[in-house]
Formats: sequence, C-alpha cells, structure tokens
Amino acid sequence: MQRIDGQDGLRAKESRLRSLLLAGLSGDAAEYEAFLKELSAHLRAFLRKRLARLPDEVEDLVQESLIAIHNQRHTYDAGQPLSAWVQAIAKYKLIDFLRRHAARDQLNEPVDDELDVLSSADTEATEARRDLNVLLDDLPDRQRLPILHTKIEGLSVRECARLTGFSESAIKVGVHRGLKALAARIRGKQ
Amino acid sequence: MKTDELVTLLATGATAVETHVAVRRYSVAVASGLIGAALLMLSLLKVRADLAEAAMLPLFWLKIGFVASLMAAALFATVRLSRPGARTGRLPVAMATPVVLMWAVAAVVLYVAEPATRAGLFLGQTWQSCPLLIALLSAPALVTLIWATKGLAPTRPRLAGFAAGLLSGGIAALVYSLHCPEIEAPFVGFWYLLGMLIPAGAGAWLGESLLSW
Repeated sequence: MQRIDGQDGLRAKESRLRSLLLAGLSGDAAEYEAFLKELSAHLRAFLRKRLARLPDEVEDLVQESLIAIHNQRHTYDAGQPLSAWVQAIAKYKLIDFLRRHAARDQLNEPVDDELDVLSSADTEATEARRDLNVLLDDLPDRQRLPILHTKIEGLSVRECARLTGFSESAIKVGVHRGLKALAARIRGKQ
Repeated sequence: MKTDELVTLLATGATAVETHVAVRRYSVAVASGLIGAALLMLSLLKVRADLAEAAMLPLFWLKIGFVASLMAAALFATVRLSRPGARTGRLPVAMATPVVLMWAVAAVVLYVAEPATRAGLFLGQTWQSCPLLIALLSAPALVTLIWATKGLAPTRPRLAGFAAGLLSGGIAALVYSLHCPEIEAPFVGFWYLLGMLIPAGAGAWLGESLLSW
C-alpha cells in the first residue's frame, strides 16, 4: 500500500484527480479513464482498511463504488473538494454493503470522516468474487446490447444503432439505464 | 470482470455530462409543485375574500415570512443533502431559526394577551383542518421533489426525504396562506408547522425506500 504523505502531497493529488474528472465530465474519455483508474487504487486502500475481516469482498465493493461514481458523476460540483464527494459515495456504498450483509460488527475501523480517501492507494487488485459479466448478460437486450457494443466493443453510438436497429437516443438511454440497473442488481434489487 | 476492465468499460464512449442538473431538476419540481398546490387549492378551497385587506396587516406578512424562510431553508437542505459530500453543518440552524423566531413572537403575543383570549389565539377557528389541508396541498410537490432528488445522489436518504417533504410542506403552506383566515403568530407557529411536518415525515419514510441507490 502506498501512502501519500503530507498536506502538499494530498493537495497535489486532489487537484490532479479533480482536473482529470472535470476533463472527463466535459467529454474527454481518456482523461476520465485515467481518473477512474487512479481513483480505484484509492478506493481499494480505503475499503481494504475498513473491511480487514472481509478481504474477499473488497474488490466487489471497489467495483460497486466505481459504478456508483460513474452513475452519479453529474452530482459532482466543481466548487466542492473531490475527496469529500468520493468519500461520501464510498462510505455510503460501504454502509449499504454492511447493512446488506448484516455485517456491521465486522467493521474493524469506524467509518469516520477523519481519514482522507486520497491519503492512501493500493494498486494490487484481487479477483472480484462477483462477475459483472454475468450480471450484464442478464440485463434486457435494450440495455445489454448498447452496453456491449458501445462500452465493451467500443463502437460508436451510430454504429451501434445501425447494428441493433435501435435509435441513437435509445442507445444512450439504454447504456444509462443499464448501468443503473447493474448497480441495482448488485444491491440485490431488480 | 477485472476492475481495470470495468474502468475501461465505464470510460469508453463517455460523453460530456450535463452540469447544473440539480438546479434544473429542483426548478422543475418546485414550479410544478407550486402549480399543483395552487390548482388543488382553487378547486377544493378558495382564496380568502378579504385577501387584499389581510395583505395590509403586518401579521399576514409575518406568516408569509415564516413560511417562506422555512421553505428557503428546506430548499437549501434538500439541495445539499442530494449531493454526496456537501457540507450540512449549517442545516439544523437554518431550519430551526424561523421556528425559534416565530415561537418567540408567539410567546410574547400569548404573554401580553388577556388570559381569556389565549386559547383563541392558539386554536383560531380552523385548527382542526389547517394541518391536514396543508398536508393535502403538499402532495403534488412531495411527488415532484422526491422525483428530483431521486435523480441525484442523497447519501442520507431518510434525511433527504425529510428535507424534500418539508419543502413540499412549505410550498403547500405558502399557497394555503392565501386561503387561510388565520394570521395570529401562536396559530401559525404551531398548526402551520405541524402541517409542514406531516409531508416531512412522509418524505423521510419514502426516502428510506425510494431514494437509496
């Protein structure tokens, strides 16, 4: 695990990730990918520390938090610290997870606000236990095909529309709703 | 699926995201909630006949000010609570201030009043219907505000539902005050507040199930 020391280091980290996200929000997919990739290491360290007794669940929760951050990215306000926003989402997902698994007592560190989510990073991913591919395959076609073609195969919305016969707006809606449905299915709700 | 693959999946084809979503959603929700409450009021009740005269009285404007400031505090709280990591430290003070001020006025009014008139100042003519009518008028706004909040990301769904419910109650109370014959501070400070707290409670209850994500 890598520690990011000192206020200056944290501040630099914060402003770097923030500018990556803002570029992503204005449509730069490459910067957005760099943001998510770097952020996943911080989420992993944050969650691993708090789920020390459930190490096998960490990667699932990292993935769940990433999907949540993606689905809720329109709620980030550029005037607000990025770490506060990320941390609130990660904490919400952690508490929700513990509630689902009735494992509140497994929490070995209290979910406090004192530790900054960006203060540590962990790039060693373990295998996720839940395979998102299985959940994706289970989505209805109007959501599954847009995600498959535009997000996994990397086709453009127009190409995907031609391939599936859906309208372009139906493709965009399908991706959006599909990722929301994916998050709901992870939580065990249809 | 590995996490790196998920990251690539999420980022692939990601296009620009609309900012100011919250402003747009809440503007639509508040406006349609106001229209809904006004339509309900005009069809079920009616505007008080002496509204023009009542509008000359300071107490009328105290009532409007109380409702409007509580509404503003609830709007502030709803917006804050729908965004992860937004500061919420000032929300209790913002929401309590109008209530405390109104109760202070009410206490003075009751204190200086003749003992025989105190019950009348508190109960008015309409205490039995006032909270229920406010709750009824709040229904459209409660629906639109829960919808607006659902499109955002409240990390405390019950509290966000409470704030949204209180805001719908404030919208309803504002519309209701055009019908209501009461203007005395002890009445407004209690029965209006109760009327606003009914949808707030409903919002908290709905928030738990509808606003989690």
